[in-house]
Amino acid sequence: MSGSGEVIGAILILIGAIFSLISAIGNVRLPDVYTRSHAASKSSTLGVLCALVGTLLYFLITDGFFSIRLILGIFFVFLTAPVAAHVICRAAYRHKVPLAEQSAQDELKDYYREKEILKAEEKANFVTDQVK
Amino acid sequence: MIFETVLITALCILMLAILANLYRVVKGPSSADRVIALDSVGINLIASIAVFSVLLHTHAFFDLILLIGILSFIGTIAFARFIERGVVIERKR
Repeated sequence: MSGSGEVIGAILILIGAIFSLISAIGNVRLPDVYTRSHAASKSSTLGVLCALVGTLLYFLITDGFFSIRLILGIFFVFLTAPVAAHVICRAAYRHKVPLAEQSAQDELKDYYREKEILKAEEKANFVTDQVK
Repeated sequence: MIFETVLITALCILMLAILANLYRVVKGPSSADRVIALDSVGINLIASIAVFSVLLHTHAFFDLILLIGILSFIGTIAFARFIERGVVIERKR
Protein backbone atom coordinates (compact mmCIF):
# COMPACT_ATOMS: atom_id res chain seq x y z
CA MET A 1 0.00 0.00 0.00
CA SER A 2 2.75 2.45 0.86
CA GLY A 3 4.64 1.53 -2.31
CA SER A 4 1.92 2.88 -4.60
CA GLY A 5 1.85 6.17 -2.70
CA GLU A 6 5.59 6.52 -3.11
CA VAL A 7 5.40 5.79 -6.83
CA ILE A 8 2.57 8.28 -7.48
CA GLY A 9 4.18 10.97 -5.34
CA ALA A 10 7.59 10.53 -6.93
CA ILE A 11 6.22 10.67 -10.48
CA LEU A 12 4.13 13.80 -9.83
CA ILE A 13 6.97 15.56 -8.01
CA LEU A 14 9.43 14.76 -10.79
CA ILE A 15 6.98 16.04 -13.45
CA GLY A 16 6.50 19.22 -11.44
CA ALA A 17 10.24 19.79 -11.08
CA ILE A 18 10.79 19.28 -14.81
CA PHE A 19 8.01 21.76 -15.61
CA SER A 20 9.64 24.29 -13.29
CA LEU A 21 12.97 23.82 -15.06
CA ILE A 22 11.32 24.29 -18.47
CA SER A 23 9.67 27.47 -17.24
CA ALA A 24 13.01 28.76 -15.93
CA ILE A 25 14.68 28.03 -19.28
CA GLY A 26 11.89 29.95 -21.00
CA ASN A 27 12.40 32.77 -18.52
CA VAL A 28 16.07 32.99 -19.49
CA ARG A 29 15.78 32.54 -23.25
CA LEU A 30 12.70 34.46 -24.37
CA PRO A 31 13.32 37.94 -25.78
CA ASP A 32 10.70 40.13 -24.12
CA VAL A 33 9.14 40.89 -20.74
CA TYR A 34 5.66 39.86 -21.95
CA THR A 35 6.75 36.54 -23.44
CA ARG A 36 8.82 35.90 -20.36
CA SER A 37 5.83 36.39 -18.10
CA HIS A 38 3.97 33.99 -20.39
CA ALA A 39 6.59 31.32 -19.64
CA ALA A 40 7.04 32.19 -15.98
CA SER A 41 3.39 32.26 -14.93
CA LYS A 42 1.79 29.39 -16.83
CA SER A 43 4.25 26.53 -16.76
CA SER A 44 5.58 27.50 -13.34
CA THR A 45 2.05 27.31 -11.93
CA LEU A 46 1.55 23.91 -13.52
CA GLY A 47 4.86 22.70 -12.08
CA VAL A 48 4.14 23.80 -8.52
CA LEU A 49 0.63 22.37 -8.82
CA CYS A 50 2.02 18.97 -9.83
CA ALA A 51 4.52 19.02 -6.96
CA LEU A 52 1.90 19.98 -4.36
CA VAL A 53 -0.63 17.41 -5.62
CA GLY A 54 2.12 14.77 -5.47
CA THR A 55 2.87 15.73 -1.87
CA LEU A 56 -0.84 15.63 -0.98
CA LEU A 57 -1.34 12.20 -2.55
CA TYR A 58 1.82 10.84 -0.93
CA PHE A 59 0.69 11.83 2.56
CA LEU A 60 -2.88 10.72 1.82
CA ILE A 61 -1.89 7.24 0.68
CA THR A 62 0.99 6.46 3.06
CA ASP A 63 -0.29 8.11 6.27
CA GLY A 64 -3.99 8.56 5.59
CA PHE A 65 -3.38 12.23 6.44
CA PHE A 66 -5.45 14.70 4.41
CA SER A 67 -3.92 18.14 4.78
CA ILE A 68 -6.34 21.05 4.54
CA ARG A 69 -3.41 23.46 4.65
CA LEU A 70 -1.92 21.90 1.54
CA ILE A 71 -5.29 22.14 -0.26
CA LEU A 72 -5.45 25.81 0.74
CA GLY A 73 -1.91 26.34 -0.59
CA ILE A 74 -2.78 24.67 -3.92
CA PHE A 75 -5.95 26.76 -4.22
CA PHE A 76 -4.13 29.97 -3.35
CA VAL A 77 -1.24 29.44 -5.76
CA PHE A 78 -3.63 28.45 -8.52
CA LEU A 79 -5.68 31.58 -7.88
CA THR A 80 -2.94 34.17 -7.44
CA ALA A 81 -0.19 33.30 -9.93
CA PRO A 82 -2.16 34.35 -13.06
CA VAL A 83 -3.42 37.48 -11.30
CA ALA A 84 0.11 38.48 -10.36
CA ALA A 85 1.36 37.88 -13.91
CA HIS A 86 -1.47 39.96 -15.35
CA VAL A 87 -0.89 42.85 -12.95
CA ILE A 88 2.84 42.97 -13.54
CA CYS A 89 2.38 42.83 -17.33
CA ARG A 90 -0.09 45.71 -17.20
CA ALA A 91 2.34 47.71 -15.08
CA ALA A 92 5.13 46.99 -17.57
CA TYR A 93 2.99 48.10 -20.51
CA ARG A 94 1.93 51.30 -18.81
CA HIS A 95 5.55 51.95 -17.90
CA LYS A 96 6.30 51.69 -21.66
CA VAL A 97 8.62 48.71 -21.53
CA PRO A 98 9.38 48.06 -25.22
CA LEU A 99 8.19 44.94 -27.03
CA ALA A 100 10.65 42.66 -28.80
CA GLU A 101 11.58 43.60 -32.37
CA GLN A 102 10.03 40.49 -33.90
CA SER A 103 6.63 40.92 -32.25
CA ALA A 104 3.94 41.15 -34.91
CA GLN A 105 1.31 43.54 -33.56
CA ASP A 106 0.50 45.74 -30.60
CA GLU A 107 -3.24 46.24 -30.25
CA LEU A 108 -3.11 48.35 -27.11
CA LYS A 109 -0.93 51.01 -28.71
CA ASP A 110 -3.76 53.07 -30.28
CA TYR A 111 -5.94 52.65 -27.21
CA TYR A 112 -3.42 54.16 -24.84
CA ARG A 113 -2.48 56.92 -27.29
CA GLU A 114 -6.16 57.96 -27.59
CA LYS A 115 -6.45 57.90 -23.83
CA GLU A 116 -3.42 60.17 -23.45
CA ILE A 117 -4.77 62.63 -26.06
CA LEU A 118 -8.13 62.68 -24.25
CA LYS A 119 -6.44 63.39 -20.96
CA ALA A 120 -4.41 66.25 -22.49
CA GLU A 121 -7.57 67.75 -24.00
CA GLU A 122 -9.35 67.59 -20.67
CA LYS A 123 -6.45 69.36 -19.03
CA ALA A 124 -6.46 72.08 -21.73
CA ASN A 125 -10.23 72.58 -21.35
CA PHE A 126 -9.83 72.86 -17.60
CA VAL A 127 -7.15 75.50 -18.01
CA THR A 128 -9.27 77.54 -20.46
CA ASP A 129 -12.27 77.34 -18.11
CA GLN A 130 -10.12 78.64 -15.31
CA VAL A 131 -8.98 81.52 -17.49
CA LYS A 132 -12.58 82.41 -18.37
CA MET B 1 16.03 4.12 -1.66
CA ILE B 2 14.94 4.87 -5.23
CA PHE B 3 12.24 7.15 -3.78
CA GLU B 4 14.80 9.29 -1.93
CA THR B 5 16.99 9.44 -5.03
CA VAL B 6 14.07 10.69 -7.13
CA LEU B 7 13.22 13.31 -4.51
CA ILE B 8 16.81 14.57 -4.32
CA THR B 9 16.94 14.69 -8.12
CA ALA B 10 13.75 16.79 -8.09
CA LEU B 11 15.30 19.12 -5.51
CA CYS B 12 18.41 19.53 -7.71
CA ILE B 13 16.23 20.31 -10.74
CA LEU B 14 14.31 22.90 -8.71
CA MET B 15 17.60 24.41 -7.58
CA LEU B 16 18.71 24.70 -11.21
CA ALA B 17 15.41 26.43 -12.00
CA ILE B 18 15.91 28.88 -9.13
CA LEU B 19 19.45 29.62 -10.33
CA ALA B 20 18.20 30.29 -13.87
CA ASN B 21 15.57 32.65 -12.50
CA LEU B 22 18.20 34.41 -10.38
CA TYR B 23 20.22 34.99 -13.57
CA ARG B 24 17.18 36.79 -14.95
CA VAL B 25 16.82 38.75 -11.69
CA VAL B 26 20.39 40.00 -11.99
CA LYS B 27 20.42 40.67 -15.73
CA GLY B 28 16.82 41.67 -16.54
CA PRO B 29 16.68 44.90 -18.56
CA SER B 30 13.56 46.32 -16.95
CA SER B 31 12.33 46.09 -13.38
CA ALA B 32 9.22 44.16 -14.49
CA ASP B 33 11.55 41.37 -15.62
CA ARG B 34 13.09 41.24 -12.18
CA VAL B 35 9.73 41.14 -10.45
CA ILE B 36 8.47 38.33 -12.69
CA ALA B 37 11.63 36.33 -12.05
CA LEU B 38 11.36 36.91 -8.28
CA ASP B 39 7.75 35.72 -8.34
CA SER B 40 8.91 32.62 -10.20
CA VAL B 41 11.63 32.06 -7.57
CA GLY B 42 8.96 32.20 -4.87
CA ILE B 43 6.82 29.62 -6.66
CA ASN B 44 9.82 27.32 -7.12
CA LEU B 45 10.58 27.75 -3.43
CA ILE B 46 7.05 26.56 -2.59
CA ALA B 47 7.56 23.45 -4.73
CA SER B 48 10.93 22.72 -3.12
CA ILE B 49 9.43 23.06 0.38
CA ALA B 50 6.79 20.49 -0.59
CA VAL B 51 9.47 18.11 -1.88
CA PHE B 52 11.50 18.69 1.26
CA SER B 53 8.58 17.85 3.54
CA VAL B 54 8.04 14.60 1.62
CA LEU B 55 11.76 13.83 1.95
CA LEU B 56 11.75 14.38 5.72
CA HIS B 57 8.28 12.79 6.05
CA THR B 58 6.90 15.55 8.26
CA HIS B 59 3.79 17.75 8.22
CA ALA B 60 5.50 20.71 9.85
CA PHE B 61 6.31 22.70 6.72
CA PHE B 62 2.83 22.98 5.23
CA ASP B 63 2.23 26.30 6.93
CA LEU B 64 5.31 27.68 5.21
CA ILE B 65 3.83 26.85 1.81
CA LEU B 66 0.81 29.04 2.52
CA LEU B 67 2.96 31.76 4.08
CA ILE B 68 5.44 32.01 1.22
CA GLY B 69 2.63 31.91 -1.32
CA ILE B 70 0.80 34.81 0.31
CA LEU B 71 3.97 36.87 0.86
CA SER B 72 5.16 36.36 -2.70
CA PHE B 73 1.76 37.43 -4.08
CA ILE B 74 1.60 40.55 -1.92
CA GLY B 75 5.17 41.46 -2.84
CA THR B 76 4.43 41.12 -6.54
CA ILE B 77 1.29 43.27 -6.27
CA ALA B 78 3.17 45.94 -4.32
CA PHE B 79 5.99 46.00 -6.86
CA ALA B 80 3.50 46.24 -9.72
CA ARG B 81 1.80 49.23 -8.14
CA PHE B 82 5.19 50.81 -7.53
CA ILE B 83 6.23 50.36 -11.16
CA GLU B 84 2.89 51.62 -12.45
CA ARG B 85 2.30 54.67 -10.28
CA GLY B 86 5.49 55.40 -8.38
CA VAL B 87 3.86 54.84 -4.97
CA VAL B 88 2.65 51.72 -3.19
CA ILE B 89 -0.09 53.22 -1.01
CA GLU B 90 -2.00 56.20 -2.32
CA ARG B 91 -3.09 58.70 0.30
CA LYS B 92 -5.71 60.63 -1.61
CA ARG B 93 -7.41 60.14 -4.96
